[in-house]
This record gives sequence, structure tokens and C-alpha cells, in this order.
Amino acid sequence: MFVLFCPHCGEKREEEEFGYGGEAFIPRPSKPETLDDDAWGDYLFMRKNPKGWHWEMWSHNTGCRKFFVVKRNTATNAIAGSWTLSDGRKAYDAEGGAT
Amino acid sequence: MRKDYSSWSLFTKGLRHNEGWDPAWRSAEPKPSYDVVIVGAGGHGLATAYYLAKDHGVRNIAVIEKGYLGGGNTARNTTIVRSNYLWDEAALLYEHALKLWEGLTEDLNFNVMFSQRGVFNLGHTLQDMRDIERRVNANNLNGIDALVLDAAEVKSRIPILNTAKTARFPVLGASFQPRGGIARHDAVAWGFARAASKYGVDIIENCEVTGMDIANGRIVGLETTRGTIKSERVGCVASGHSSVLAKMAGIRMPIESHPLQAFVSESMKPVLDTVVMSNAVHGYASQSDKGELVIGAGIDHYTSYTQRGSPHIIEHTAAAIIELFPMFSRVRMNRQWGGIVDTTPDACPIISKTKVKGLYFNCGWGTGGFKATPGSGNVFAYTIAKDEAHPLNRAFDLARFSTGHLIDEHGAAGVAH
Repeated sequence: MFVLFCPHCGEKREEEEFGYGGEAFIPRPSKPETLDDDAWGDYLFMRKNPKGWHWEMWSHNTGCRKFFVVKRNTATNAIAGSWTLSDGRKAYDAEGGAT
Repeated sequence: MRKDYSSWSLFTKGLRHNEGWDPAWRSAEPKPSYDVVIVGAGGHGLATAYYLAKDHGVRNIAVIEKGYLGGGNTARNTTIVRSNYLWDEAALLYEHALKLWEGLTEDLNFNVMFSQRGVFNLGHTLQDMRDIERRVNANNLNGIDALVLDAAEVKSRIPILNTAKTARFPVLGASFQPRGGIARHDAVAWGFARAASKYGVDIIENCEVTGMDIANGRIVGLETTRGTIKSERVGCVASGHSSVLAKMAGIRMPIESHPLQAFVSESMKPVLDTVVMSNAVHGYASQSDKGELVIGAGIDHYTSYTQRGSPHIIEHTAAAIIELFPMFSRVRMNRQWGGIVDTTPDACPIISKTKVKGLYFNCGWGTGGFKATPGSGNVFAYTIAKDEAHPLNRAFDLARFSTGHLIDEHGAAGVAH
């Protein structure tokens, strides 16, 4: 059990209040009609799935129902922080998009 | 060469207080190079090495393992074996495995305690029952034994099951596969290790892969915590950690790793002589030969490599089992564990070549890999030996995630993921 901070509600709550939304910041192809099948399959199905720090989306299901971004270590469940999508994007880019 | 086990050897060693047994397999030091290296000494990896040696005549094989033999998911599963899958591709693959299970104890000269006590999949709604009828018909068309039973028949086979109409999720019926059952998970790893070791396979424990040497798009060796091992053919069978290995080779995988928890109760007198699964209340249980209840349910929803899982899943699992078996409400649980399972978008495994020549992956078994152990090793050995897919694993190629030929087995997988 871990506790997540919802940046929209400004409250720390137990993980059961939240829904997992998967890897964050997967870029949607801007011109899908130009993609080949491998690139489209990569967008749909391939995931980083790292053992270590992971940028991921969560939604506050039993609260504000809004999505936000969490940086969590998948090997320990340590949490580095939560951000709104736009603030999280800045922090993610500042790291060079690494996980 | 190790001697075969026999009733005579059991009897005579028994007279000597079971002293003087040989070790079941050789503990090996890594050699500088091998024809094939298998990464992962779980059931699937050891089975792969065994069939490579037995069926394809490859002798210079190493199985390397970062921990100890059979200490990963092989030691952390709920031991259920069945082949009642919906789609032809999956049904034929799991049925191939089930047929190998039926002769495995004799083949390995090691008692894997395979017990064909049958597997029930319960239906709790009209839609469940329609899905069950569809799957049973599909099984029968594939030559796989399966029956549809109504609630009264299920009750007569499993008297302790709560089939009251007033239950929150009343049992309306079930699919039943009589040839399904359970096996002793440790014995499967030990039996394959012993049989592979007899063919000269090196089993190297405490040897973690830290890097892959790739030259001109071809694998040439592995960096490990016990030095460099050269090999031009490498089969990765590392279950939950396949993404970690794939990253070393620069390959992206359609895999997410989640903890899957299970529980074992205190031992008690026999009360359950079959396997009961339910997708609706989402739990499953069987009773081991020692008398323990072996219980499992769903995966944790978020990706994790923590090997323990979240506490609220325990509550969910207990609720599901007590819904089915109210009399188990006072049973104490002896232990709990979380294994890391590698789930794919279509709940089907990946047994495939990769874009790196000589590098093969067998992964993505999700929550149901144990049942496939001998079949998985058998077809993967073929793929590695011949550098082409076995007819039974052609559909399980990585290419399906770009061609779109997914095999949607979420309904037959038994556990939602």
C-alpha cells in the first residue's frame, strides 16, 4: 500500500482511491496515415516497462476523477512526486524523457 | 551418469535411511562458450534445454540463472494445468503441453506428481454460461475434452461449494475439463534439471546477465556477473524480467510486469479434490497433496517488480474464496507471495525470433505459464535449433503486434490482466 498525492485535490490519499493509467507521455503520432505497421504497432503496444523509475499516469477515481502524472520506482514503490499533466511534462522533459 | 530412480532404488535407499542419494543435477562452472545459452533456470528454461538436448541433439548448452534454480515464478505459482482455451492457436499450444504433461513423469524419470483431478470454471451469469458453452464447443472441435455442467451437477461434484440461489454471485454452472489438474511445481524444475543435466547441460546459478554483446545485428555473447560467455544463440526465458533483458538488446517489448499474489493455507483434511476457478468473483483454489489450500486471484493493476504486491489484493482474494467456499472463512493462511508476471495486450505468450539474429524470446505468459511448461520448452527448443517457428508457435511471433493478428485470450486466461 502506498499513498499518492493528487495535485488537483492537493491531498495525499491511499492507492485504492486511484486508477492506474499506464506509461505517461507516449506521443500520439501526428500523421498516423504516414506510419508503417511497425511504427503503429510500437505506438499501440510497446512499453518501456522499466525496473526502476517510471513516469506513469494515475486518475483520482474516487476524488476529482482527473488524471495526473507520478514518477514511481517500480522496484521499490518509492515515489518521487506527482504533477499535473502539464507540469509533469516539463519535469519529464527536463530529465530528457528518461525513465 | 546419474542412475535412474526406480522402486528398487527407493526401497534400498529407504532401508539406509535415505542416505547416499546422488545430487539430482551437476552444479557447473561457466565455460567460455556454448552453442546455446538459455537465460533463466525456471521450468520453461530448463524444459527448453532438455528438449534441445533430447530432440535436437544440441549438447553444448548452458542454462544461466541470476538466483537459484526454480526459485522464481516456478516456485511461486498455483500449479494448475489445463488446456481449455478458446482460440485454435492457444488451445493447440496448451493441449500440446497437456499431452507432454501426461507422460512427463516417465519421460523425466522424476515424479512430477501430475494429478488429473479436473478443472472447473464457474459461470455466475447467463452471459458467463454462454461464454462457457462457446468455449466448451470450441474445445471439443479442437479435440480437447470439456463439458458444460449445470449447478446441480457442479454441486454433486464439489459438495462444499456454495451454490445457493441467494448468493451474491450464484453458481449457474461450469465448464469442466477432466484431464486438467495440478502438478508439483518444484518437482517440474528439479525433474527437467536432472534430465537436462544427464545430457550434459550446464546449469549455472547465481549468474546474472548484465549485458549483451551484439555485433552486426547478431548476438555473439553475454556479459554476466560470472564473466563473459560467448554464444551465437541465446534464448531468453526470464518471465517478469523479459523487458529488462530486451532493453539490453535494444528491443522494445509489448509487455508490462505486474505482481501476481497467491496464498497457501495451513494443512487440513481433504475437502477439495479438484480445481475450482471463477472469473466473476475472481479467485481460484485447489488443495495440495499435503492438505494446504492453494489460492490465487488477480494481478496488481499497476506495473511493479516488487515481488510482494498490494495488501488490498489480499482482501479481494479472500472475499472471492469465501464467496465460493463459506466454510473456508476460518482457515488460516500460512504464507503469501507475489511473483512478477509479464502480461501482453492479448493475454497470450510471445515465442519468437527477434530483430537481433540468434536472440530468441519466450515470454509474456502472464498469469498462466506453469501449465505450458513442457510444451513451451518443446516448441522453443525447436525455434532455437532450427531458427524458425514450430508450427504451434508461429502465431505467437512478435510480428503479431504490427500485423494485428492478436489472439485475444482474456476470457480463457482465468485471471484478468
